Amino acid sequence: MNSANRSIDIALLLGFAGLLLVPWYHIRSGFFGFDWIGDMLSDPRLWPGLGQIADGRLQLLPVLLLLGFALWLRRSAPGPARGRLLLVLGAAGLGWMIAEGFAIGLRGWSLPLEPLLGAIEGQPAFGAGAVLALLSFSGLFAFGLAERGALRGDGFVLGAIVLLVLLVSAFVAYPILAMFAGAFQDFRGNFTTDGIAANILDPAIWSLGCLSGGGCGVAWRTLFLALCTATGSTLLGLVFALAATRTAMPFKKGLRLLTVLPIITPPFVIGLALTMVMGRAGFVTELLESLTGQELGRWIYGLPGIWIAQVLSFTPISFLVLIGVVEGVSPSMEEASQTLRANRWRTFRRVSLPLMAPGLANAFLIGFIESMADFGNPLILGGNGGVLSTEIFFAVVGAQHDPSRAAVLAIILLCFTLSAFLAQRFWLAGRNFATVSGKGDGGRHAELPLVLGGLVVGIAVLWSLFTLFIYGMILFGGFAKVWGLDHTLTLEHYARAFSVSLEHGFTGVAWNSFWTTMGIALAAAPLTAAVGLLTAWLIVRQRFPGKSVFEFSLMMSFAIPGTVIGISYVMAYNLPPLQMTGSALILIFCFVFRNMPVGVRGGVAAMSQIDSSLDEASLTLGANSARTLRRVILPLLKPAILAALVYSFVRAITSISAVIFLVSAKYNMATAYIVGLVENGEYGIAIAYSSALILVMITVIGGFQLLIGERRLRRRAEDGRKVHNIEAREISA
Amino acid sequence: MTHQTEKRGAVSFRGIRKSFGAFTAIPDLNLEIAPGELVTLLGPSGCGKTTTLRMLAGLETPSAGQILIGGKDVTHLPPNRRDVAMVFQSYALFPHMSVLDNVAYGLESGGLKRGEARELADRGLALVGLEAMGHRLPAELSGGQQQRVAVARALVLEPQVLLLDEPLSNLDARLRRRVRTEIRELQQRLGFTAVYVTHDQDEALAVSDRVVVMREGIIEQSGTPRTLYEEPSSEFIADFIGEANVVPCTVDAVAAGRAQVTLGRLSLDLPARTAQIGPAKLSVRARAIRLVPVDAGEETGRVRSMSYLGDHLEYEIDSDIGALFAISTDHAEPLTPGQPVQLSFEQGGAVLIGG
Ligand SMILES: Nc1ncnc2c1ncn2[C@@H]1O[C@H](COP(=O)(O)OP(=O)(O)OP(=O)(O)O)[C@@H](O)[C@H]1O
Ligand SMILES: [Mg+2]
Repeated sequence: MNSANRSIDIALLLGFAGLLLVPWYHIRSGFFGFDWIGDMLSDPRLWPGLGQIADGRLQLLPVLLLLGFALWLRRSAPGPARGRLLLVLGAAGLGWMIAEGFAIGLRGWSLPLEPLLGAIEGQPAFGAGAVLALLSFSGLFAFGLAERGALRGDGFVLGAIVLLVLLVSAFVAYPILAMFAGAFQDFRGNFTTDGIAANILDPAIWSLGCLSGGGCGVAWRTLFLALCTATGSTLLGLVFALAATRTAMPFKKGLRLLTVLPIITPPFVIGLALTMVMGRAGFVTELLESLTGQELGRWIYGLPGIWIAQVLSFTPISFLVLIGVVEGVSPSMEEASQTLRANRWRTFRRVSLPLMAPGLANAFLIGFIESMADFGNPLILGGNGGVLSTEIFFAVVGAQHDPSRAAVLAIILLCFTLSAFLAQRFWLAGRNFATVSGKGDGGRHAELPLVLGGLVVGIAVLWSLFTLFIYGMILFGGFAKVWGLDHTLTLEHYARAFSVSLEHGFTGVAWNSFWTTMGIALAAAPLTAAVGLLTAWLIVRQRFPGKSVFEFSLMMSFAIPGTVIGISYVMAYNLPPLQMTGSALILIFCFVFRNMPVGVRGGVAAMSQIDSSLDEASLTLGANSARTLRRVILPLLKPAILAALVYSFVRAITSISAVIFLVSAKYNMATAYIVGLVENGEYGIAIAYSSALILVMITVIGGFQLLIGERRLRRRAEDGRKVHNIEAREISA
Repeated sequence: MTHQTEKRGAVSFRGIRKSFGAFTAIPDLNLEIAPGELVTLLGPSGCGKTTTLRMLAGLETPSAGQILIGGKDVTHLPPNRRDVAMVFQSYALFPHMSVLDNVAYGLESGGLKRGEARELADRGLALVGLEAMGHRLPAELSGGQQQRVAVARALVLEPQVLLLDEPLSNLDARLRRRVRTEIRELQQRLGFTAVYVTHDQDEALAVSDRVVVMREGIIEQSGTPRTLYEEPSSEFIADFIGEANVVPCTVDAVAAGRAQVTLGRLSLDLPARTAQIGPAKLSVRARAIRLVPVDAGEETGRVRSMSYLGDHLEYEIDSDIGALFAISTDHAEPLTPGQPVQLSFEQGGAVLIGG
């Protein structure tokens, strides 16, 4: 069959391109600069695989032999026998390259093999050629599986699965493992248990002194803070959700706008605004001091301040999750309860609330993980006592320079979030009352008990005002000359950040990081959307062995805090076989795999709304799965694709926790730059820059909403009574 | 080659088992379908009709056994490599493509050029009388038209076997009757094999060459509509196909293909089928029960309740052979509850149930 050979041809083409055309090894100046083309012949470091073999790097010989063997196999008839050979060959190639990559480092053996095999010349990290060869082998592996009849010979699905597994192993699992290994290394990379021994039981981490009047260890502080933040944001989120759906409160539309805020606000901006309002020179502090006559000083710094900032930051997310939950409680349940002689209060307590419980647990988990992962607010408001994420940061970049300590702290942080995730999954198992029945049940939601309703509206209004006030301060702060001292309005900060002149171009200090941010966010967004939606498609529409494990580990990666990702990337990609630190590539990969879980969830939600009989119809009409995906699924998923694109674009601009570890002088991101400004006390520019970012993102999201809104209207007009009502779904964070 | 064409359109299920996790939906299915035959799978909800059909389409893989289409083993082939086409219950028309593109989709997937595909698709639409609607979106058609597009989309591929999963369930009763005749005519004209799933026995009896009644994943009985109706092999079939009353009786004698049967105070002379002397079961169709009002004391039954259903009346009768359900088209003198009646059966209305 021709199609069988076509996919094998592509795999072989990739492999031989890696061996013959592009540099095999990592290039310091970057592959995509393409300045290597000119020097390729003269500089042996730029030679492709074949050249490297000729140069004496015999560890690459098996790659050539295996690919040659595959070329020879291509001539034999397709079938299970050839499939098995291809499968073995692909696996062998992958295995050999990974082994060889880890065994031989920059300066020779990196595993203790020298006594056995003699000295060897070092090799740089994998470059373009090696990556192509890896892809080629995984392709051969997948197509071999297909020829053996796995998944009924669907090469496309098998290829997609193998590729995703490879990517997730390389960019999620491997960094985490590298981080674990990092705990056992000194900063030269030699194996030692000193670091871990010194850190794992460090009283600075685990002390319970606060119970007896002293100070507690950072782990307990972080845990305590996360529990408080999760409780606070869940309760407030519930209040908002109830206010928006169950009361006659005015301005409900406005409440929904609140949900957009956390997506477009860099997480530390709230903390920044808080210091401006309630810091030493903040006017709330001054007001309170003049009222009470007491010296408040730096009262906002420390856990209470971080807590307020985090609750402000994360309440909208929890609202976003809970509004769906509150609306999802079927009104007929509540009406049934009322007809069963229960009053409003009893209905709420015995029916509505228990039905919402899984949603509440979900919101709590999100608040917990976000708080644990939050880096910006603790950095700005932490004062003397930090939390785990800031401690990790200072362990690597600060005077301490103790990667082992950073790794240990990151492992502790990871353990906390993963246990929370697992605990929630465990608790939720069998407790998921899907109350959205799909049957259009009419009826109205029960109103809240009077007292509760009043309370809910009161809190919602107050907190909204507080939020508005804080955001107002952010806008205003950018125009104040010196915050706290001189409030005359000025454009000076904006001018310094974003000035443009005719002869010198973009002269403002912010432009550099701004363009880098935009470029990297633009590059990351389509990749995130593609990986996320492809994964969602595999999860929703395909059945394959190990799928539940695949799905579970993907969802688990949602529970990995950004700080942990950042530190693990630094530890993993600093040395061969994959070396990316200081490049733009590492930032892009970081964003892709950090935001992928959200893309997956958005894709799963959107895809579940498309009746699976459409795919099945396409299959029975003779289309293969690739064609089905391209012609049927993707066109119907357009809104979800756009949503995923915008979401990952915006998240790439606002995130800080992972980024702060990965930026370099050449590739500095906006958020990292702003945090730097704050550390230097340049609040004016920092705030001005943040406001500008928020504005940019409002524009992006606004434009996007317009686009989607229009699309949906057009659909409605076109096909009046649609069965497959595909909506642009907001992606919950 | 001749061997191939001979078998074109033949389907066999050989020892098919299908489990979903621990649950076995179909334990062991064996079924042969001849070329050009229209076979209906009939049975109560959850009996495995859809599962059987989907295995034939390649949308589910059997846990064990073999499926052959046109003499070729297709058990492990994906749907797009089997020569079948399917009409879905929801029609599954692609909402973002025009009607013509929908019909041309399968042809293009099969490698035809766009122009040729559209030409054939046009002809396919003409076949179902929708040639003027090619440019519309599916949502701009009525339910019946959508249904015909779905049929056209499947038929243009000239598959060996056409599969239909409750193709009429989204239509109203009147349209259903018309469309099912259309489908049957088309099938006889073009001569393709068809497997048709339904749980409406009228539909099944009306369109099929052969009806296969399933129950909990097992074929309970298979035969022409007439056989099923007149010679039910089990209580279940009698009840499912003929709205029949099943009552215990005694076979007193069997001779020359006839059986003497006692039923309460009645005695009947019926075709013996497989009956043997001793206790047996009798199926009495509701419409075959005659009710004659009599004075108290002479009755063999008594009316318990009556419902008026327009063109007929339904009675529940308490009798000495048990509770019976009867249908009468005699509007003139409806019987009132409590009325004593004399029971009798029309010719051929009562059959001995045999395996
Ligand atoms: N994916 C699945 N997972 C688990 N059980 C399934 C699955 N699909 C079907 N079943 C079970 O297999 C049995 C047969 O299902 P099937 O859909 O074939 O029924 P059906 O005869 O088509 O019923 P209906 O007339 O209601 O459509 C049912 O008991 C059903 O619950
Ligand atoms: Mg069914």
